Amino acid sequence: MKNILQRDIPQELEGIGVLEPFEGAFTKLKKGWMEEATVPPPNKAKLPHSNKVCDNLREAIIKTQPKNGMTVSFHHHLRAGDSILVESIKILADLGIKDITLASSSLTSAHVGILPYLKDGTITQIYSSGIRGELGKALAEGVLPKPFVIHSHGGRVRAVHTGRINIDLTVLAASASDIEGNATGSHGPSAFGSMGYAAIDSWYAKQVIVVSDNIVDYPCVPQSVSQNYIDYVVKVDSIGDPSKIAGGTTRITKAPMDLQIARLAAQVIEHSGELKDGFSFQVGAGGASLAVAKYIRKTMKRREIKGSFILGGITSYGVDMLNEGLFRSIFDVQSFDAAVSSSLINNPFHIEIPAGLYANPFNCGCMTNKLDVVVLGALEIDTDFNVNVITGSEGYVRGASGGHSDTASGANLTVAVCPSFRGRIPIVKENVHTIVTPGESIDVLVTERGICVNPKRPDLKENLVKSGIIVKDIKDLAKEVEQITGKAKPIENEDRIVGVVEYRDGTIIDVIRQVKQ
Amino acid sequence: MESKKNTFKRRTMLYIPGNNPAMLQQGSVYGADGVLLDLEDAVALNQKDSARILVSHMLKYISYEACEVTVRVNHIDTPFGLDDLKQIVPLQPDAIRLPKVETLDEISRIIKLVEEIEDEHNLPHDKMNIHVMIETALGVQNVYDIAKYSPRIDAISIGGQDLAADMQLVKANDGVGIDYARKQIVMAAKACKIDVFDTVYVDVENEEGLREEAEYIKKLGFTGKAIINPRQIEIVNEVFTPTEQEIRKAVKIVKAFERNKKEGIGVFAVDGKMVDAPVVQRALRVLEMADIELADL
Repeated sequence: MKNILQRDIPQELEGIGVLEPFEGAFTKLKKGWMEEATVPPPNKAKLPHSNKVCDNLREAIIKTQPKNGMTVSFHHHLRAGDSILVESIKILADLGIKDITLASSSLTSAHVGILPYLKDGTITQIYSSGIRGELGKALAEGVLPKPFVIHSHGGRVRAVHTGRINIDLTVLAASASDIEGNATGSHGPSAFGSMGYAAIDSWYAKQVIVVSDNIVDYPCVPQSVSQNYIDYVVKVDSIGDPSKIAGGTTRITKAPMDLQIARLAAQVIEHSGELKDGFSFQVGAGGASLAVAKYIRKTMKRREIKGSFILGGITSYGVDMLNEGLFRSIFDVQSFDAAVSSSLINNPFHIEIPAGLYANPFNCGCMTNKLDVVVLGALEIDTDFNVNVITGSEGYVRGASGGHSDTASGANLTVAVCPSFRGRIPIVKENVHTIVTPGESIDVLVTERGICVNPKRPDLKENLVKSGIIVKDIKDLAKEVEQITGKAKPIENEDRIVGVVEYRDGTIIDVIRQVKQ
Repeated sequence: MESKKNTFKRRTMLYIPGNNPAMLQQGSVYGADGVLLDLEDAVALNQKDSARILVSHMLKYISYEACEVTVRVNHIDTPFGLDDLKQIVPLQPDAIRLPKVETLDEISRIIKLVEEIEDEHNLPHDKMNIHVMIETALGVQNVYDIAKYSPRIDAISIGGQDLAADMQLVKANDGVGIDYARKQIVMAAKACKIDVFDTVYVDVENEEGLREEAEYIKKLGFTGKAIINPRQIEIVNEVFTPTEQEIRKAVKIVKAFERNKKEGIGVFAVDGKMVDAPVVQRALRVLEMADIELADL
């Protein structure tokens, strides 16, 4: 069957079950409730003054009674510095556990160490918002017997509520914890800031282990996960490489192309009609997307505009804007550098939020619904504004859905920023290889060679044209790019579906087929 | 023969090494008013021919949109200068830039060569402009004679690095040593009613230093500045673009001038300050820089 974006979606897929095709960003939400039943969180009990502390991670994992076919989850707040995920999988493999479903909120370059366990049957399925590097290559080549599932950050919370991700064990790294498992990422030698993605795991996993290199006196304050959800606590020497967990401060790119795109995007935002007192704002953490913040900061100062909140993944740049009074508050689901941690702990207007409050479509209002402006990157964008942020030019998985579709659907103004081509590869093109975010959620594309407004937003186009911004038809831009780069050959795939891209509401927006070798 | 009227803004001219395909391809997207495709100092000796071939192809196939395209050739007395002219002149970029021009004899010799090549290809002599670079003490002394030699010369630029070397300056970064030359070159350009570009600012990490220098050379009368990194463009464009306040003031002056002109009044006051013809002329220049047409006022 075809979904609304004309992508072929099978009715059922072994390893996942029945698939529901994507029908539009708000079709399922319009009902006002989620039709799928939700699973209850587990009931647990501990006797007074019982001891949760284990000598090591292996002992704690053994106590959770791991079994074949289990689902194990992790958060990705330690980013490229994480050692806990790989260590946990090694222990499970050593215990002879097979057929594991790995459900990490994302997978980074730190997790390439699980590759042997994909090949030997230890891990047979993956749920994640992002997959990169060698792992992404292996998955696209079909290393797993069951299809992997790419979800959004908000969609992951929904998937846990419905039991699509049914977590048997979660291992949560923290930079500080007490002996009861009250834990945080906001202080300690390995501080990494918000633990926003971990909350849902602590609430729903049947067994919860907190791992920290820093056991503090009871009670650990503040706490991102609380003791009433925690089964075991482990003190380890290290949760990973501190330099990769949280570098000092995130620097704005110096790449001229990214800066140029960012400058244009800031002009678009300024003249869109959204940049006014009380506006809310989210940018990505890298490249052109973060650089937009640099120009918006200047514009806000020049026009004496005070915003309401910054949302999402937070960098020191966002913290600076809070401290300068440009925004009243920050809602932080994920922190990107060390400077953010100290703000999170010291500034009451810098608030840690769980992923459900951030982006789950099925509640009474996630914060992405309150966004005025979001700036998002793209690996590819097609002439209907559909965006690919997951597969690269060779068809391998090399990106992250993250909060892309969540924020794009919620914001009044969604700005996609990317170069029109990279090297000799066209980025703006007739068809993208994989759709993650539907074109209906993208209002405007900003590239170095042109600004294109989605035809569904004639009001926005009018505002931009009135202010002297030249707007191009996206089809003309795609043709212009093709004249420079030539037409890229389509990626050759096998028929076998190795992964699916789940939209935030649980429907399937696209599938990923095995790359022909 | 009259040179064509320059229709380009000339706040910023971005240097692009002629042997770098990626940069040549993307040159027009950074917001510079002009690009300078360089066959001279930015290209190593063993890359000269490949740069010449690459730039020739780029001129044929790449659109530089609204940017003015200038090619800097090697000096005619180097082994590469004549080949550069033979290859580039037939392609007629908006302008050709001649480095290290020192004497009247030299400029007359080069322009003769350029026009011979144009004749060979049945090309007019009034399409491609010529920019001269003054980069030596002798060139500074002769700049007015050089600049007025031909109406095809519609811009002069100062090459600060080479000039500092020629003057045997040890410390050149503060611009003190080339200050006289800057002023002399500006005066020659103004006397010939042509544009004048300032030299590059080499410390690309020092944004404040660049802004200070741009503000200084704007006061001296330069039209714009050569740029060596796309990150410098925004700052220099900002300095050379009138502020909202400047534009409002200019509009007020021009409107008052038009009103008074009808009544035959030549000197009048705006906000308590005397306005006469030179003040109006400066206000018109501000509006021109801000792309505001008189008819729109």
